[in-house]
Amino acid sequence: MKPGSVAVVGAAETTQMGVIPDMSVIQLHADAALNTLKDCGLTPKDIDGVATAGESPVAISHYLGIKPTWVDGTSVGGCSFMLHVRHAAAAINEGLCSTVLITHGESGRSRIGAGGWGAAAASLAGQFEAPYGTSGPPSSFTIPVLRYMKDYGVTEEQLAMVAVVQREWAGRNPRASFRDPITVEDVLNSRIIAYPFHLLECCLVTDGGGALIMTSADRAKDFPTKPIYIIGTGESVESPMVSQMYDFHHSTAFQISGKKAFAEAGITPKDVDHLMVYDAFAHLPWYGLEGLGFCKPGEGPAFIAEGNTRPGGKLPLNTNGGGLSYMHSGMYGMYALQESVRQLRGTAPAQVPGAKISVAQGVGGMFAAAGTIIMANERP
Amino acid sequence: MADYRKPLPQPTPETKPFWDGTKSGELRLQRCQSCSHVYFPPRPFCPECASRSVEWFKASGKGTLHSYVINHRPAPGFDAPYAIAIVMLAEGVKMMTNMVGVEQTPEALKLDMPVEVTFEQATEDITLPKWRPVGGAA
Ligand SMILES: [Zn+2]
Repeated sequence: MKPGSVAVVGAAETTQMGVIPDMSVIQLHADAALNTLKDCGLTPKDIDGVATAGESPVAISHYLGIKPTWVDGTSVGGCSFMLHVRHAAAAINEGLCSTVLITHGESGRSRIGAGGWGAAAASLAGQFEAPYGTSGPPSSFTIPVLRYMKDYGVTEEQLAMVAVVQREWAGRNPRASFRDPITVEDVLNSRIIAYPFHLLECCLVTDGGGALIMTSADRAKDFPTKPIYIIGTGESVESPMVSQMYDFHHSTAFQISGKKAFAEAGITPKDVDHLMVYDAFAHLPWYGLEGLGFCKPGEGPAFIAEGNTRPGGKLPLNTNGGGLSYMHSGMYGMYALQESVRQLRGTAPAQVPGAKISVAQGVGGMFAAAGTIIMANERP
Repeated sequence: MADYRKPLPQPTPETKPFWDGTKSGELRLQRCQSCSHVYFPPRPFCPECASRSVEWFKASGKGTLHSYVINHRPAPGFDAPYAIAIVMLAEGVKMMTNMVGVEQTPEALKLDMPVEVTFEQATEDITLPKWRPVGGAA
């Protein structure tokens, strides 16, 4: 992609966030879509491209009355929306469509109109993981971390610090689910979910949604909103089973995706003002910081524990409070993108002064997939 | 056995030799006859060089405890807390499993301790490979 050739012109989340028992999954998509259309002054008739995950692009297009010329149903977990942004940029540049709507909605907490969980018994995960008692992400996504912690000499207190720092950001965000300050002791005294992870080191389970509208940079200047330019993109996939990720010390998918995005943008981590790393669990920011080159291998835990990512630190990270404190519906990637857009528009509740370049790093499944989107509020 | 309530694997044509192996008390892996790469999970070609010339062989059944979590939110049929472990086999592949013959505590489950395979019959058709510390409980 040519950096800056495509822009985000619309971005919004669902009207409510957290517990939304009166909305089904598809309506959460639609509520976010309608707010996003309003954000940039469009109607469904102006949309000719639709991308979504969880629901099918057929269901979303029909529900909103859109007759698209391009759709993308890429569904690789929580980073699917990063991949949609990337694919949409390519489609717009190729002329397959001009105005793309990307939607997310999930009734993670209330489970209204939501499907079931679990791997089919004949799938590889069904044969080689489920029989050993994995019970969802808390007991799978967390598997690599003891290996990482032993080899890099990381302490349980450093893991707890990830949650403590993100709660500091959440305290500045009125829409965050959890806002009260916490200490390392609070984290370590919270219930053990899957050793070494305590409750406060695991993401929330909430309801919500979000949507984005993208168009060419040339058209973007005619919109009422400040265009946020896409300047670098990356994606990759790794293993459908966490037990088979290539190396427990790092995410190969993060490395491939990040390298591609930074090369495309022509920038290095030093140029980045604001970072979002999908934090389903407290170890994810370490893998993100290291996989994208912000820290050397094994240095992420100390980087966070020393305060570099907290409010006032040199690299503001997960400034909405993250999946640990803001919200986590199941496929959180959309909320990371939303916060990047807010920071670059200058409208974030915990605004980073003068932020010009933001990186949103997504993960899908249990280290199964990755997507990287680099945005800027000035056209390169 | 009739009341086995934990999730059971459903073998496919590609994985059946593995499950036939565990049923007969043998842990089997595959090796590429073109490039010698050893891999898991099973598939009828080499993920390293794409050769279809691959063979099954009996693995050593030895390895080390590579990583784990101790799960406090049990899957159906399990009693919490229990460890979900990753063993690094001597042949260089990783495998998820449960540790048996050892307390399910961080103190007893030392990373890198030597472990060996043992077999646990779940049903008439399915036997699961499990692992235990070499020389009994740590
Ligand atoms: Zn080979």
